[in-house]
Amino acid sequence: MIRVEFLGPIQKAPLELEINNLNELAALLQKDEELSTWLENCAVAVNDTLVSSLEVALKDGDKVSLLPPVCGG
Amino acid sequence: MLCLYDGALDVPRILQEWYEEEAASNYGAYIPFVGTVRSEEGIEGLSFDIYEPILKSWFDAWQEKAKAKGAMIKMAHSRGDVLVHTSSYIAAVFSPKRRVALEFIDAFVEDFKASAPIWKYDIIDNQRVYALKRSTAMVGSGILSSKMKDEKK
Repeated sequence: MIRVEFLGPIQKAPLELEINNLNELAALLQKDEELSTWLENCAVAVNDTLVSSLEVALKDGDKVSLLPPVCGG
Repeated sequence: MLCLYDGALDVPRILQEWYEEEAASNYGAYIPFVGTVRSEEGIEGLSFDIYEPILKSWFDAWQEKAKAKGAMIKMAHSRGDVLVHTSSYIAAVFSPKRRVALEFIDAFVEDFKASAPIWKYDIIDNQRVYALKRSTAMVGSGILSSKMKDEKK
């Protein structure tokens, strides 16, 4: 099971999904209309490390985080 | 050193503590940057969410860069609500000579704005409103989007 967390202002509860890679996650999340704008501007982390492509395999227990645009300070 | 606090920062105390901690460390320069919440467009204050695991690894990478130059970074940031005319952010660089610290504080604060996983909200009528227009998409953003896929075709 893969846990998917939506950080900061994305008002969405975490998901627990049976997926094998980020491509499968992208396909699933693209079906959610509420997320369409967020997907365009969110960065993605797997187990708290930012990734730059979807060619990332996922294994049971992994955590995927979506990080919307930031503004600290 | 990375310190997170609930609510506004006690700026005089933090600056003094940092000064005293490094007074005998033989650094010739201590250059702090203090971010204070300004009154604009009727906001009552700002509010912040922080994702600590990635903030910590981002900060640790910067600390390593500073260490390579004989310098050290300290940073404090608020969680939750911070009212106008109080402060939410302090960054400081200590270094043997001023030039390194001056250059580091500039580069560090710029990257902080673009890369630190912190989300800012305006407080208006006691409600939190995400400051999307003032926010920056992190490097690598958009990879889950179908538009990104289309652009690659």
